[in-house]
Parts: sequence; C-alpha cells; structure tokens
Amino acid sequence: MTFLLQQTLIYTIPLLIVALAGIFAERSGVINLALEGIMIMGAFVGVLTVYLLQEAGIFTKDSGQLVMLLALGAAALMGAVFSLLLSFAAINLRADQTIGGTALNLLAPALTLFFINILTSQNVLGMFTGDSASWFMIKKTDLGFERGAELGVLGGTFLDKFYLTTYICIVLYVVLSIILYKTKFGLRLRACGENPQAADSLGINVYVMRYAGVTISGALAGIGGFAFALTTANCSANGDVAGFGFLALAVMIFGNWKPLNTALAAFLFGFCKCIAAAYSTIDINGDGVYLLREIGINPNIYRMLPFVITLVVLAFTSKKSRAPKAEGVPYDKSTR
Amino acid sequence: MKQKSPLLQREGAKTVLSSILSILIGLVFGSILVLIVAFSSESISPKGGLEGVSLVFLGLFSTGRDAAGELAFGFNPTSIGNMLFRAIPLLMTGLSVAVANKTGLFNIGAPGQYLMGTWASLTVALSIPTSVVPSWIVWTLALLAGMLAGAIWGAIPGFLKATRNINEVLACIMTNWIAANLVTFLFDISDLKNGAEAGKVGYIKPTAANGVATAKLGLDKLLPQSQVNAGILVAILIAIGIYILMNKTTLGYELKACGSNRHAARYAGINDKRNIVLSMAIAGSMAGAGAALYWLSGNTEFFWSTYQSLPAVGFNGIPVALLAANSPIGVIFTAIFMSLLNICGTQLKNLTAFNEYITDIIIAAIVYLSSFSLIIKMWLSSRGKKKTAEPAPAPAAAGEKTGKENGK
Repeated sequence: MTFLLQQTLIYTIPLLIVALAGIFAERSGVINLALEGIMIMGAFVGVLTVYLLQEAGIFTKDSGQLVMLLALGAAALMGAVFSLLLSFAAINLRADQTIGGTALNLLAPALTLFFINILTSQNVLGMFTGDSASWFMIKKTDLGFERGAELGVLGGTFLDKFYLTTYICIVLYVVLSIILYKTKFGLRLRACGENPQAADSLGINVYVMRYAGVTISGALAGIGGFAFALTTANCSANGDVAGFGFLALAVMIFGNWKPLNTALAAFLFGFCKCIAAAYSTIDINGDGVYLLREIGINPNIYRMLPFVITLVVLAFTSKKSRAPKAEGVPYDKSTR
Repeated sequence: MKQKSPLLQREGAKTVLSSILSILIGLVFGSILVLIVAFSSESISPKGGLEGVSLVFLGLFSTGRDAAGELAFGFNPTSIGNMLFRAIPLLMTGLSVAVANKTGLFNIGAPGQYLMGTWASLTVALSIPTSVVPSWIVWTLALLAGMLAGAIWGAIPGFLKATRNINEVLACIMTNWIAANLVTFLFDISDLKNGAEAGKVGYIKPTAANGVATAKLGLDKLLPQSQVNAGILVAILIAIGIYILMNKTTLGYELKACGSNRHAARYAGINDKRNIVLSMAIAGSMAGAGAALYWLSGNTEFFWSTYQSLPAVGFNGIPVALLAANSPIGVIFTAIFMSLLNICGTQLKNLTAFNEYITDIIIAAIVYLSSFSLIIKMWLSSRGKKKTAEPAPAPAAAGEKTGKENGK
C-alpha cells in the first residue's frame, strides 16, 4: 500500500504542477500547448545543472539537496525564458497559439537532443556520477528515525524515501492557487482570460498580465519537467517526457480550470500512470501476491489505459466544462 | 469584375513569399546555431562549423569527402532518390493536416493515424499469401486497409469534436498515444515479427518476404542505389485528387464552408457535424495511405515496439501543410523540401561532428514563423505598397478576397 501511494505520488506531482502551469496560462487567456516542450527544456537544463555541478566537483553527496534546489531553479528559469517565445508570438504578434505551441513542442526535443548529442555523443544525458536515488532521495534515517522504525502507511509514504521536489511542488501549488484566487493580481489575471476588453477599460494592462500568466506557467512547467526527470527517469534527460505535458492539459480540462478539482484529477491520472508503469510489482494487501501480474493482461493494455480513460472521462464531462472565455483569442486593443 | 493587381499584391504570391521567407529564416537560424556551437566548442574547429553550414544548405548534392578530406559536391542520385522516397509519407501526412485545416480542424493526430495505417497495411500485405492472390491485388488491398484504418482513427477525434465538443487537439493527442500502445500490442501478439534473421529483434518482416513490393517503374534505373519507387507518383496523384475534391466538388465546398464559419454553414443547411467527422476521416485516410506507401516499398522494416515514442513523420506533416498554406498542390513541393532537409541532416551526421537534430530545429523554427505568417504577409504587403507607391483601391482588395474564398 505504501509502495502504491508513493508510486502514485511520483506520477501525480509532475502532472499536478504542470496542470497548474496550464491553469495560469489559460486563465490569462493564452492556450499553452507548449507545456510538453517546456517540460522537456526544464528536464534538460535541470539535469545539465546537476551534471555540471558534479563535474566541477564543488558539491559532494552530502549537499545533494542543495544541488537539487539549484537545478530546480535553473529548470524554472529555463522554462520561463522558453515560454517567452510563446508569449511573444501569441501576445505581441497575435499568432495562432496552437501552431505556436506546436512549434515549441517540436523545437524543445530537437534542441535538447542536438546539445545532448554534442555533449555526450549519445541520446541521453544522465548524472555525472551516482544515481538520483542515492543523491537526492530522503530516507527516514536522514530524519532521525531508527532504521527499523514503523511509520505506518502515511508516515511511510511521506517521511521515507521521498524527494524534496514533492513537498516543494505541493507548497507551490497551494501558494499559487491562493494567489490566483485571493489576491488582486490573481483577480486581474483571471479577468484577462474572461473579458480582456473590460479588464483593459478598467486600467489593467492585458499584455502585461498575459505575459505574467505565461511566464509563471513556463516556470512551473520547467519545475515539473525536472521533477519528472528526477523521480521517474533517474535524473536523466533524453528530449522526451512521455506525453506528461499533454496529459497535464487533459488533467486541467478535467479539473475544469480550478485548482482543487485539478488536484483531484491529477491524483486520479497519477494513479492510472502508476498502474501502467508498475503493475507487475504492485502488492495491494501485502500478502506477496502480485494480483495485476497474475491476471496476465498484456502490459500494453495497462499503458494504454490512462489515455483511454482520459478520452472517456472527457467525453462525459466536456459538456459541463467551462473554459476561460477569451482563451486562445489574441487581444487586440482596437476591438475594445 | 476582376482587376489584375501587381504581383506582390496578389494573395498567392504573398503566401509563397512568406513561406520562402520562413524557410530562409529557419535555415539561417540553424546555420547560426551550428556556427555558435563550432566556435564555442573546443572539439569542433571553425572550419568544421563552415562545413556544417554548407551541408545545411547543400546536403543534397554532397558526395562525401574526397581523398584530401575536403567535402565534395556533385550529382548524387542516391540522395535524390532517397529524398523522393522519404517525401512520400511527408506528402501524405502533409495532405492529412491540410485537409483538416481547411475544415478548421488542427489534425495533430497524424502520428496515430499513420501508426494504425502501418499496422493495417503490413498485416494485410503479410497475411494474404501471394501464391493464391496476385501480389498487385494484395498491394492494393494493403493500401486500402491502411487508408481505412487511418480513416477510422481520424474519425474518432472528429466524432468527439462534433458530438461532445472535445477540443480535437487534445483528443488527437490521446488517440496518438492509444495508437502507439495498441500497435505495439497488436504486433506483439501477431506472428509477423521477423524471427528468422539475426539482429532483427523488434522488427516486422519486410513485405518483400511475401512478394509484395511497390513497382519501381524504372525509377531505380534513373536514380541508382536509392530507395525510390512509384509510391511518389501515387502520392502525387492522390494530392491532385484531393485538390479536385476540395476545389471542384460540392463536398469540398461544404468542408471548407464549415472551416470558415461552422455556424454560418449550418445556417446554410450544411450538416456541420457530419462534415467535421468526414473531414477528419479523410485526413486520417491520407496519413494511413502515407504509412502504407512507405512500408509497402518492400524492403523497409518496421520497428514495432512503438509505445515510447510517436513517429516524427506524423508531426512533420504539420510544417509541410503550413508551409504550403494548406494547398494540396503546394504540399507536393513542401514535402519534397522537408525530405531534402532530412537528407541534409543525414549527411551532416555522417560527415561532421554535428547531428541530424539540427534539421528538426530548423523545421521547428519554420513552424514557429508560420504561426504568425499573417504578420509576415501584412509586412510584405506594406512593403509592396511602398514600392508601387499607390495603395490598391479597397473594392479591388475585397474582390480579390472573395475570389480566393471561392476556391483559388
């Protein structure tokens, strides 16, 4: 059970934070289809930071968390900068946001693979030394518990063998959700996604607010990308995040562009992803019987499930879903 | 009353110009990147950088390195033949995206439709014994099976869009990944895997194993040592067929009307839901046909474990269609251009310290630029106006626009 919860969390966290990234962009009125590409850039720059810091030899394993934080910061910065390409096209040049986002999705893997190939002569960039579990994972002994201490299901999930990114992302999620709903800035941002003409007439600079929305979105997607690379890919980057950026978009739509619903949706999708990835090692009630493996269903069916469920769920909920009214519509001051 | 306007003011000319401009900026961007890497890296000399740039532009005519180790250029029939061969799937996925775009739908589902087409055509081509059925019939059946599978896979997002109002981009992305897993699953349980040859683990038997292969029609004599075959001619014929369908038939008119304004089309008595599904089905069948024409060539081997990644050729249909401004005839040329870039990338990888991903970067830059092609066109026309020093009168401009709408 602890294992199941932990695995689910590992897949939930990137979905959660990237879905919030989507919310920030779309609530400000810009469709951010580039989430996948931004995640790829974030993962690459994060891993590259770890690689370079290790290569320079300044940090040792004891300061692993510091290295991780620096990498996370670099990933966020890269995501924000990369998303400026989208903002510039979508806001200043009034470009087709779907095509602009697609362009970034094509650009990100091409750029990362181009540089990774030049750096390492192969298609994947890993850590310079060690593996992510030994460098970055926090175990219960690090927190002062005895090696044999029983922590229960929840304690075992949250206090043993976890990555600090999990908590950083959860805190970010809560804080940013509050900012979006309880502050003047958040209200203005949402107004620009609903009725930018009215917002403009009240003295809000729609362009600035949309830039803010997309940039925050980019930073969050960058963080999500590195969190994904760190926890599921053993801190390596290969120009691919397995469709998580797109899944996060589906999570956001399923969550109706609201933070609380989106969090629940992310958990549901994380669970599906977890089943797909680890079905053969899941021991639900701890009696040594791996039920899902015993049934003998082809693993490809499990891998397909999250996407099938997404489609089915969307088919049943889409009539009720309410997207921000002005999303995807370039703001033109002369239409006020 | 139709008035001839100066060349630069014409809509078509502007479209072509803005596409060429996008291509040039993309190529320059890629070259600058190559030079930056060359000058900042210790392992690559500045000369290597210049060689890289020359291959970005002239890779098609590269004939390797001569005895002195310098890059040699000349007529390279292998490259040209392979360019035409690799253009086939790009042409078809480009058509796929273009048809959907005309109906106002963004078909990002071409990779999935392509995969389903691959599965259906390979299964048919390898399962019907050619000792019983003539091989050209098997070939035709396989092509049709590929188109049908692609059409079904395209119709799913179309149906969800029409009836449940799900964004087709999202639905297409989901069907892509479902197809990637489904195709892996279907081939995994099939007996079409190539177990006979050593080192071929994970590949499906080439269709030549069953005596099915696209006719060469002497093209291989013209361009020796290349993979070229009649598939490119079939693809061009299909493109012309789509041009006729979209521009000369009632169905094409209805599809385009839905793309211009779905509500107005419905008001005019056009069944918009049916047309959305139909448009996506046609788009899907194009991608499926592209897969069939590629894999039926006889000696191409499909790596069936596709669940981790989607075929890039599906996504590259997007730049092909965008550069051609969704014109089925234009797609023929832009697909061959994209394929040319692909050849340049291969040469870059083989002959220099750079790798083939630079071409993907160039393609991405081109897509980025074409997302604001409207701005580029506006800029072009403002320049055109300055040159002719007399702004086109408003009625003429309006007449030109409707002329375009009516199907130019």
